[in-house]
Amino acid sequence: MHNIEKKWEPKIIAFFCNWCTYTAADLAGVSRLKYAPNVRVIRIMCSGRVDPQFIMQALASGADGVLIGGCHPGDCHYSEGNYKMLRRFRLLQRVFKSMGIDEKRCRLEWISASEGDKVKTVINDMVEQIQKLGPLALPERMADLDKEIEEIEKEISKEEVVEHA
Amino acid sequence: MNMPDKPKIGFYWCASCGGCEESVVDLAEDILMVAGAVDIVFWPVAMDFKKSDVQAMEDRSILVTMINGAIRTSEQEEMARLIRRKSKLIIAYGSCAHLGGIPSLANEFERAEILKYIYDDAPSVINEERTRPQTEFRHNSRNITLPEFRNMVRTLDQVIDVDYYLPGCPPTPKLLKQAVLTLLSGELPPKGTVLSPDTALCEECPRKDSKPTDLSFTHFTRPHMILFDNTKCMLAQGLVCMGPATRAGCEAVCINGNMPCSGCFGPTSRVRDQGAKILSSICSNMHSNTEEKIDLVLDEIPDPVGTFYRYGLAASLLRKKIVEGQLEDDK
Repeated sequence: MHNIEKKWEPKIIAFFCNWCTYTAADLAGVSRLKYAPNVRVIRIMCSGRVDPQFIMQALASGADGVLIGGCHPGDCHYSEGNYKMLRRFRLLQRVFKSMGIDEKRCRLEWISASEGDKVKTVINDMVEQIQKLGPLALPERMADLDKEIEEIEKEISKEEVVEHA
Repeated sequence: MNMPDKPKIGFYWCASCGGCEESVVDLAEDILMVAGAVDIVFWPVAMDFKKSDVQAMEDRSILVTMINGAIRTSEQEEMARLIRRKSKLIIAYGSCAHLGGIPSLANEFERAEILKYIYDDAPSVINEERTRPQTEFRHNSRNITLPEFRNMVRTLDQVIDVDYYLPGCPPTPKLLKQAVLTLLSGELPPKGTVLSPDTALCEECPRKDSKPTDLSFTHFTRPHMILFDNTKCMLAQGLVCMGPATRAGCEAVCINGNMPCSGCFGPTSRVRDQGAKILSSICSNMHSNTEEKIDLVLDEIPDPVGTFYRYGLAASLLRKKIVEGQLEDDK
């Protein structure tokens, strides 16, 4: 049978700092640099604003990867938000490892406002890596697992039908 | 003699240790008050009721049933659903029913890995025929059945509709008494309420005043590794205390026993994932700024999932360990 289903494409959620990476992405756009269209960018005021819950929520909701862009060390607009993100990232990767999630699915990059080109290379590279990994598909995986608890409901309703008959 | 108009109440247990049942008895003299005000119609650990007795009850005839324990087997699912039908209100009692509890740390392993360890590899096991429990077995022309061991541990509300939650490992007698009194008063809180104060444990911690505003971890340690000050904030001493990310209500029993909070009350209502939140808080307050130094300090938390999700892996955003590349379609 011909496979006419839509081909799977990685979905990446990106959290970009307003003061650097977001501006760089803007620059990439203005400079007409082409990069893979798989990234949904969310602008935040600082990479230090990224609550680890955001990253987990993104993956749990069906993202295949999460990219965080912050200012280079020493350049944070709020002095050390990017260091907070770096520490969270290092610990989060350990949690992901225990939960079976490949470390390449979460990436932290320092991209300054002038590095439009880096936005392009990082995104292209990440898309390529996640394409190799395949879908993470957490919602589908959990839904599959939860199928096992539906059987009982069916059995119980069958028993009731018998009882009432 | 049974007073016909006394409200009916039930207790049930699923994947649990028995500590929650114990905590009911810990009501001490107050249990007489409870027993006087209600009819206990179902409580397998203490009284002789069978499943058939519950089946014979009218639907919604029990005012409230408190179910403790996580859900791991098909039998627990079946009983939870039966009790749901017979009860007006269901309270998820204790950490396991509320968030998955310690049993849900098993979600870090595949079902096959768990069975292999328990029935083959554990040092105390000799099982040369590699026998595994079967759900059906014929013996002397009778069918003997066992429940199915599911692929993951679930919280009670992932299986049935839950009205209220009593958190804790186990809930304190004080919270249980308050809950029973609230229910008997008829003034019910909104559905889904966790019946414990909605603030972080630090708020009621006796060591609150010694918590520095500018925490700066240069290393982490664990209770068995140091002699620590029994008056000073645990975090200030480098101990991973779950207090900042944990709901209050226990009145800091562990801290008063000179042990850091391990998080059994779960998060407050503003937090979705308790582990992610404490991870965030701890990392914000670390001193190191370079990858190498950060990693060295983080090595001192040897089991992050077991530390941050000790009572709540099943309720976490990630729920269960996955095996990359293994999707249902590929099988």
